[in-house]
Amino acid sequence: MFDSVLVANRGEIARRVIRTARRMGIRAIAVYSEADGSLPYVGEADEAVLIGPAPAASSYLDARAVLGAARRTGAAAIHPGYGFLAENAEFAAEVIDAGLTWVGPPPAAIEQVGDKINARNFMEQAGVPVAAGTREPVTDVAAAIAEAGRIGYPVMIKAAAGGGGIGMSAAANEAELRAGFETARSRAERFFGRADILLERYIERARHVEVQILGLNDARVLALGERDCSVQRRHQKVAEETPSPGVTPELRARMLAAAVRAGEAVGYRGAGTVECLADAKSQDFVFLEMNARIQVEHPITEMVTGIDLVQQQLLIAGGGDVSFPPASVASAGHAVELRVYAEDPRRFLPSPGVITEWAEPSGPGIRVDAGYTAGNEVTPFYDPLLAKLCVHGGSRAEALRRARAAVADFRVSGPKTNLPFHAELLDSEEFSSGRYDTSVVARLRR
Amino acid sequence: MTEVRAEMVANVWQVVASEGDSVADGDTLVILESMKMEIPVIAESAGTLTKLAVAEGDVVQEGDLIATIE
Repeated sequence: MFDSVLVANRGEIARRVIRTARRMGIRAIAVYSEADGSLPYVGEADEAVLIGPAPAASSYLDARAVLGAARRTGAAAIHPGYGFLAENAEFAAEVIDAGLTWVGPPPAAIEQVGDKINARNFMEQAGVPVAAGTREPVTDVAAAIAEAGRIGYPVMIKAAAGGGGIGMSAAANEAELRAGFETARSRAERFFGRADILLERYIERARHVEVQILGLNDARVLALGERDCSVQRRHQKVAEETPSPGVTPELRARMLAAAVRAGEAVGYRGAGTVECLADAKSQDFVFLEMNARIQVEHPITEMVTGIDLVQQQLLIAGGGDVSFPPASVASAGHAVELRVYAEDPRRFLPSPGVITEWAEPSGPGIRVDAGYTAGNEVTPFYDPLLAKLCVHGGSRAEALRRARAAVADFRVSGPKTNLPFHAELLDSEEFSSGRYDTSVVARLRR
Repeated sequence: MTEVRAEMVANVWQVVASEGDSVADGDTLVILESMKMEIPVIAESAGTLTKLAVAEGDVVQEGDLIATIE
């Protein structure tokens, strides 16, 4: 088992990983950019290294700088968090070549599922259902139109190398496809370094349901329940819950089994997530993509299972067994996560600025994973996530009751936040009923 | 004369218009990027773009001048 780990990330996830690493007696090393020096995670690490100016390309995405920091501090392992270099197979290979332990799946598995087109084809062969879509990158508008004709409208235009809901758009007809295609390509190039596009049949009124998997060192793959992530704005998740109120026990069993097959098919190790779209009415589901990393919303799975997923990541990376009996994963109660973003609650536009007040809620079932505190500046260089407000209850009703109180008690001044939106969401009939789908936010904003 | 100013701290991602251009109400002048979101800066009057005060890669603060239209 390695005795030190460099966390190649920032904000709330860096803080979260550092917390578990230190609890396990592993020396935790933080890296930070010139914009992040006073964020809480930097002070909570055993050691912190400045790795570059604010722009991510010159700091958190700079493999040279991160590896340099690892060498200088004698870090024995690197945990990449999510985003940034987490799903960069080349970086993972460099870490391993440098003699360090990579806390994540093997580079080959990252590559296998990192390209969404390849992942779809691969999963289909492994007997996992996929939505109608492209099997090869779509390189120009003419090809896109031909493909869409075959798949059927409406289609979703996605970056093949993409993630995080970035750069996705829907096209209901050929005109919209023509209009959206070039923008999608340039966004894909800008955000992910590759202009490759895929088209997929857009399933309306779907629920976005994902399965948490753990690949053990003995090659077993465990499925640790599902999370419903249908509350989204601009195709990015805003709130998640587990169990999914839209999934029957029978559908759950089928999805978890498919997720295990998906993990086994790529020889997965460590924590990963298999994302799917489920049709609550027909109780059908399709594979969307697999994320070869820890996810933002992992805490809700932790709250219902009692399992520390970051701890399992570190244990698995260290070559050992997980900390719980794999054959008996139990789930108790219901958990919800509300992502607190630095954006205005009406139009969800970014709201950078200095935080002048920061007061977190507390109480039974409440967990706040925060990346910022009073005095910190929220800059435009990174995503708008300030904190995750996670709430557990014995039942969904209790979890939501606690969540409403927690949102009311959470005070952030300076940048605008979407806390008032969360209050609205929790008060809405649609969300409270549990019968919502991926267009719930659009309906609340109509 | 209209001054077009930045509404928030952001990165200048793309400069779409050029000095000397004729612009109409609703034309995109530059595209800012903040926290992974693209924010178009739109001309709210018609006229000639007499000054473009930013370049791609700049960081603008809230209130910084982006362009003037006359």
